[in-house]
Amino acid sequence: MNTLNGTALAVFVALFAVVTVLGFVAANWRRGDLDQLHEWGLGGRRFGTVVTWFLLGGDLYTAYTFVAVPALVFGAGALGFFAVPYTVIAYPFVFVVMPRLWSVSHRHGYITAADFVRGRFDSGPLALAIAVTGILATMPYIALQLVGIQVVLAAMGVGGDMPLVIAFIILAAYTYQSGLRAPALIAVVKDAIIYVTVMAAIVVIPAKLGGYAAIFAAVPAQKLILVPPGPHDLGQYGAYATLALGSALALFLYPHSMTGVLSSSRRAVIRRNTALLPAYSFLLALIALLGYMALAAGVDHDPAYAKGFDAYGKNFAVPALFLGAFSPWFAGFAFAAVAIGALVPAAIMSIAAANLFTRNVYREYLRPRCSGKEEASVAKIASLFMKFGALLFVVFAPQQYAIQLQLLGGVWILQTFPAIVVGLYTRRLHRHALLAGWAAGMAVGTWMVASVQFKATVYALSLGGYKVAAYAAVWALLVNVAVVLALTAALDAARVGTGADATREEDYGGV
Amino acid sequence: MASGKPSRVVWAWYALLATPFVGTLWVPFYNAVEPRAGGVPFFYWYQFAWIGLGEALTVIVYFATRGDEK
Repeated sequence: MNTLNGTALAVFVALFAVVTVLGFVAANWRRGDLDQLHEWGLGGRRFGTVVTWFLLGGDLYTAYTFVAVPALVFGAGALGFFAVPYTVIAYPFVFVVMPRLWSVSHRHGYITAADFVRGRFDSGPLALAIAVTGILATMPYIALQLVGIQVVLAAMGVGGDMPLVIAFIILAAYTYQSGLRAPALIAVVKDAIIYVTVMAAIVVIPAKLGGYAAIFAAVPAQKLILVPPGPHDLGQYGAYATLALGSALALFLYPHSMTGVLSSSRRAVIRRNTALLPAYSFLLALIALLGYMALAAGVDHDPAYAKGFDAYGKNFAVPALFLGAFSPWFAGFAFAAVAIGALVPAAIMSIAAANLFTRNVYREYLRPRCSGKEEASVAKIASLFMKFGALLFVVFAPQQYAIQLQLLGGVWILQTFPAIVVGLYTRRLHRHALLAGWAAGMAVGTWMVASVQFKATVYALSLGGYKVAAYAAVWALLVNVAVVLALTAALDAARVGTGADATREEDYGGV
Repeated sequence: MASGKPSRVVWAWYALLATPFVGTLWVPFYNAVEPRAGGVPFFYWYQFAWIGLGEALTVIVYFATRGDEK
């Protein structure tokens, strides 16, 4: 590891302490009865435009985003930039779809997407499939946040698992006590220091490297743009567009984004926010460019960072860039931005997964008559399990596993699209067909990723000798939808019951 | 919601939101180095520009369909 960087570490620890205090104080913020699940797990559904903006921004742009997106650009070049079109299209989509989910959830007291599917399609198994997919996709995502903390700790010369364990015990304690209020309050601090860090990075670093023209000049020509289609293949075009599309459609299917949406106080808050959230897209695009700055700075050739690259691979590119370009105290500030950037989503993810477990597994199958108080305490304990599961995973399993599982998680979560998103508009799809389609999508997606040894999520199909490489999640979704449509026709023809719809069109609040 | 039924006008505004999908997902539009802007290849500044455009479109649609909100 690097030698211990005392100044950076001092700044880092100080900021971490501030955030810890905030996390505990948050329990008293907009006070509510934390023994009720909607109070603990959704902040009482009382967050307005400003808090929701910080919460969603803090939630969606995770520590791992700050490390992995530039790392991908650093390694793969233009292909890694798909994160930009992804965020450009994600918000218009959310703007149209999510207000409907908010309205129907508000009307019926739904806390999770699986709650909605249960009510809409009158199908326990389908709701369980949605809940399990959400939990499965979320757990490795929490683990990756820890990997993000590990990388920046290593950059400051702090090794071993103990610091990570301590950070996580603190996180677990205030999430348990304050619920969603803790990450909501901390998100404000997190975003402030991240904006400062990125703004400093895009001014200071290019100045040192000779400007943006010089940075792009340092990028090898074959990495600068995508590989164009050849006579027998689509080049990188298909992968780029489907990675952007699939990720955008999946973004708000993740339980933690859903939690952010459902915690807002009014339908208009969601609409207003999706119009305001692209400010983060701009930030993300700048962060992606850090990958090229690391390339231009030649951090991978610097012997001082060799050990970091050995341990963390390309994920060490940004920490190395910051160490080289910033003074020690500001490097500590920047690393605190990444670490606190891990705590906010990790807290929300564990709350979201706990909500799913409590509502859609515990109350549905184990204790149907449980009281509101019991529900809340089960969720609190479940959130602890989610976090410690992730911690054990990061400490004992190879880091690569968490990364691979998170990639798979993205493929899996998109398979809930027909039931949740299409379900918001129509009930024409048959509940059994949706379940079968989900299963087919999960199987095909997993198989595709497994066939490339879990190293990538892009799978090349040969269509009449023409190779089309695309995001496995999108291929799997196509299979999923095909199965849903075919079986819906068959089941309708056989007059198999579709159950009762607990919702009415006017519950959705319009378009 | 003022009326019980989603109006056609609202859907027309929402259709405007399809443009970022076309602009960013059709890769042949922008997979080029030239023309550069301030040394930044076209591929990058084109997509940066879409962040601003997407934002502007969403804000326009937000205000245009606000009457539809409660």
